[in-house]
Amino acid sequence: MHGTRILDEADRLMTVCNSCRYCEGLCAVFPAMEMRRAFSDGDLNYLANLCHSCGACYVDCQFSPPHEFNVNVPKTLAVARAESYAAYAWPGALSGAFARNGLVISVIAALSMAAFILGFAALNDHSVLFGVHTGPGAFYKLMPHNAMAALFSAAFLYAILALAMSVRAFWRDIGTPIGGRADGGSIFQAIRDAGELRYLHGGGVGCYNEDDKPTDRRKLFHHLTFYGFLLCFAATSVATLYHYLWGREAPYPWWDLPVVLGSLGGIGLIVGPIGLFVAKTGRDPALLDENRYGMDVGFIAMLFLTGFTGMALLVLRESAAMGPLLALHLGAVFALFITMPYGKFVHGIYRFAALVRYAQERRSEAGS
Amino acid sequence: MSSKYDVLVIGGGNAALCAAISARRGGASVLVLEGAPKFYRGGNTRHTRNMRCAHDAATDILTGPYTEDEFWEDLLRVTGGQTDEVLARHMIRESKDILNWIVEQGVRWQPSLGGTLSLGRTNSFFLGGGRAMLNALYLTAERLGVDVEYDAEVTDLVIEDGMFLAARLKRPIRGETEIRATSLVAAAGGFEANIEWLKQYWGEAADNFLIRGTPYNRGSILKMLLDKGVQEVGDPTQCHAVAIDARAPKFDGGIITRHDSVVFGIVVNKHAQRFYDEGEDIWPKRYAIWGRLVAAQPDQIAYIIFDSTVVTSFMPTLFPPIAGQTIAELAGKLELGPAALEKTITEFNAAVRPGTFDHTILDDCVTEGITPAKTHWARRIETPPYLAYPVRPGITFTYLGTRVTKEARMLMADGKPSANMFAAGEIMAGNVLGKGYAAGMGMTIGSVFGRIAGREAAKHARN
Repeated sequence: MHGTRILDEADRLMTVCNSCRYCEGLCAVFPAMEMRRAFSDGDLNYLANLCHSCGACYVDCQFSPPHEFNVNVPKTLAVARAESYAAYAWPGALSGAFARNGLVISVIAALSMAAFILGFAALNDHSVLFGVHTGPGAFYKLMPHNAMAALFSAAFLYAILALAMSVRAFWRDIGTPIGGRADGGSIFQAIRDAGELRYLHGGGVGCYNEDDKPTDRRKLFHHLTFYGFLLCFAATSVATLYHYLWGREAPYPWWDLPVVLGSLGGIGLIVGPIGLFVAKTGRDPALLDENRYGMDVGFIAMLFLTGFTGMALLVLRESAAMGPLLALHLGAVFALFITMPYGKFVHGIYRFAALVRYAQERRSEAGS
Repeated sequence: MSSKYDVLVIGGGNAALCAAISARRGGASVLVLEGAPKFYRGGNTRHTRNMRCAHDAATDILTGPYTEDEFWEDLLRVTGGQTDEVLARHMIRESKDILNWIVEQGVRWQPSLGGTLSLGRTNSFFLGGGRAMLNALYLTAERLGVDVEYDAEVTDLVIEDGMFLAARLKRPIRGETEIRATSLVAAAGGFEANIEWLKQYWGEAADNFLIRGTPYNRGSILKMLLDKGVQEVGDPTQCHAVAIDARAPKFDGGIITRHDSVVFGIVVNKHAQRFYDEGEDIWPKRYAIWGRLVAAQPDQIAYIIFDSTVVTSFMPTLFPPIAGQTIAELAGKLELGPAALEKTITEFNAAVRPGTFDHTILDDCVTEGITPAKTHWARRIETPPYLAYPVRPGITFTYLGTRVTKEARMLMADGKPSANMFAAGEIMAGNVLGKGYAAGMGMTIGSVFGRIAGREAAKHARN
């Protein structure tokens, strides 16, 4: 059998589901399952990450609990998914961060924000820290731009490296039977599927959350969160270009592109995570991997903190609170970056890879 | 809350919900009494996956037209003429509109599932299967204001001169143990889960039957109606039975315990003897005869035996095949006589004539010189590991029912139509389906007559 109890259970369920196939039209998991008659660890981790947890197959299944076949695909795949994050984490020594992820994320976030506040306080005069700064370069009176850029580039590049190594291990493990490199068409298809959350829709009926009515709004809140995050990232990127290409220093006026992008993104990062959190607290426990509550909420909280401190900084940037708020915001963003490979953020990376694999399999099947 | 409803619907499956929705849309107040707990609501509908409706042109999900005449010919063929032509043709005509009507009630279609391509033209599949279909109907019914009660077991019906007055309940609902209503729709299914009743016709053999649906399909409403003077229809001794895995649970194993591997091997009984031509006919007909064949064997058990060359020729199965490196080892695991099984397989192998195997047609792979012959798809069983599935009769539904008119109105034993009693679904399927089955017909009967029964029941209540 498999290496873990949850993969054994996932294997049992996929065997049940493969002899039924009623859920074939709901999402990508079941068509992918039908392409196989037996399931390796990699296959099961692939299916687990392909699942968007819409809940439809649980509500639609004639064999879900209390039936003795005890078929609960969303919960089983949620547990398997979370365990796969630890299994593919790079370096492996840090995979333990997934075990008590909520605690790990909170401690790192607290330390990071504390470090920025202490650093600002230690390196700046009191009057500078609590002074009112306006005009170009105001932020850099508290922390030199090059120091900021170096620190955050290092954190970001480390996150990219760790994520790349993790997803490489995942990709290799789910490689059979097709193997090899991803083609452009499949990647494009996966970008579309991920971008619209195509499989978070219960096959068109809607997703399930607190009960058996398809009234779930997680798709909307996820869009707000995800596109909010992208807009914030775009804001930072544009600002970096402004700085190095044109020598234009932050802060920028409210109508300028980095601020517009950041404000829209910040609103998304505040509203989206709140909506996701509320949805999570109301969700039917039967569908949830309750042991990962800390991981899920930790990530939601990090995104919210990033958005919230960013918006607070924007609103209060011309007041004496700017210094401490800048420290808090930078602390939150720094913590978000360095915990990316060791928290819920990875779900997007693995799911995207799984969607690429699925697109490849569909193409391969259509071509054969 | 009024204790008298316009329409009382007893049952909770496709037919019951279509009746409830249609009655409610017709302006009636409606109560649905489902005898099962909420999870097991819907009787056999839980396990269905498609519906057979006539249509004049291909649709988004159907690959081509399926005319009323073709539907009628299929029905005539599977029932061997045991059908009521007027009623059947009426149902077929009405089935055309059901394709759209059921979608208006929230049900979603999808193209035929993997492994069911042969139904792609005739049958519309429910997105997410039968329970998803039920969920959609319940949501619509509740949204429209239909009251639904679960665990609502009816213990008696008060009927006078063919007129329904009230239903008595095992436990009170809103303080009442008697529900009065102006019209009744009985849509409570057959008696396939009632082993004692089955024993009346099958004797002790029925103890070895596995029931494919829930334990709640006990036929109590059907029995009450027949006892109180409703005319019966359909052969009481008959039930639809397929061969399902002997390791399946006693009840509610659903579709996933079925086996469709008969054509790829041989089938022997507990004495390791073959007893029927495994290559007689093509799916789905071959699928539906084996339940009855196994029921006629000693201890109602049989074994599909094949070898490792054909494992991937059929859908993956819930239970893995039992394997042995030799025939004797396999026989040991199945508790069959090793010598007897070796003899059966040796004789079978020797009788196989060369041919071109093609399981999608009636091919020319036959045996010669053994009885019974295998008249198609006969290939030697000679490549270890040798594999087997133990099978028992899996009972799907029963044919006994209440006779109805085109308006789904019950007929009394004296031939007079009931004033206010209607029936839909399996409880009256025997009117149309005297024997046999074709995929998706049960749901057609349920939706078409459910919709009619609800409409007529509401009309009666309004007058």
